[in-house]
Amino acid sequence: MEIKKPAVAGTMESSDCMVTIRPGQTGIQIDLQSDVEMMFGASILATTRQTLEELGVEDAEVTILDRGALDCVIRARVQCAACRAAETHYDWEKEGACHG
Amino acid sequence: MAERQIHLKRTGLYASGCNPVNMIQAVFYNEDMLIYDLEDSVPAEEKDAARLLVYQMLKEHRPKDKYVVIRINSLYSEYFEEDLQAAVRANPDALRIPKVEYAHEIQTISRRMAEIEEKVGLEVGKMEIICNIESYMGVLNAREIAESDDRVVALTVSAEDLTASMKAQRTKKGLEVFYARNAVLLACRAAGIDAIDVVFSDINDEEGLREDTALAKNLGFDGKTVVHPRQIDVVNSYFTPSRKEINYALRVLDAVEKGKQAGKGAVTLDGGMIDKPIELRARTTLAQAEAAGIKLDGMVI
Repeated sequence: MEIKKPAVAGTMESSDCMVTIRPGQTGIQIDLQSDVEMMFGASILATTRQTLEELGVEDAEVTILDRGALDCVIRARVQCAACRAAETHYDWEKEGACHG
Repeated sequence: MAERQIHLKRTGLYASGCNPVNMIQAVFYNEDMLIYDLEDSVPAEEKDAARLLVYQMLKEHRPKDKYVVIRINSLYSEYFEEDLQAAVRANPDALRIPKVEYAHEIQTISRRMAEIEEKVGLEVGKMEIICNIESYMGVLNAREIAESDDRVVALTVSAEDLTASMKAQRTKKGLEVFYARNAVLLACRAAGIDAIDVVFSDINDEEGLREDTALAKNLGFDGKTVVHPRQIDVVNSYFTPSRKEINYALRVLDAVEKGKQAGKGAVTLDGGMIDKPIELRARTTLAQAEAAGIKLDGMVI
């Protein structure tokens, strides 16, 4: 997935995060700002990298302003921002069924 | 045809699909149905985000003790196809379909759901459908809609769009939707499915909510959609069965059991025939009682 333009997803409300993705040239660069960075920073970064990898994003500058978002919210916001930045729709065909 | 279980539908609370905190908090209230919304509460520019949020939320944090519903956008909206792809994969108990007017719309949606279920390995036909009746045409066709597909387990009346389609004024007393409520209710009874009443919009008028809910209960509805968490306990209390209703339900099931043991094809109680819908309603009554914390063990018929 090629990042073509800057795009944003999410909000600064509690339990949410605002993810901004811009075109990049040197792999995935992530700037994280979070009140819970000490405890969950590594986990947020890992989720973000994994999500972008699954989408096939190779080069991007990512900014995450986190307000205590759950892992699933971060994943959804990164997916949404990446699709918006790549000017494409999310490919639901590759998702399986939830069995929660 | 998939085996249907009894699910309580005394209260349905919407959680907006574009608001994570809304979805997280909604799990902790006492509503029977938690409805993740992709439709009215989500602005057009956030539809893509809401689909992903609801899917990921249900993938990792599906509520264990709720009847989980996703309201998608209508069949004729530009969002329908992607909503359906996401919502079926999220595997809720039911999809809530807005603005239903004709039986063939539900049959089309059911077929599309089956295609996706098959593709992702879900049991075909298990996911249920609740139809929102929101126009005069939907009311006129309620019976056909209620009987349109095995997935349909309930109809619900949405008064705001309905009154707009009727050129009626919406009032607190609700006389303008009285016929529609009854027409939809009768369609549900004919089909043996649940009937869910209109919302009561004024969240600061508890007395009005009580009056409206008492009317809904007396008319025969199974539950009501609420617009705010503070309405949940009030509405639940009206749709919790009385001792008399519980006793009757116990007698029905006792007669059914005795009939089975005696090898009878047809069972009667008080001179009336007990058919499948009556048995199902008795089981629903007892499920409602148990959900409300009423202990049935040791109750004497």
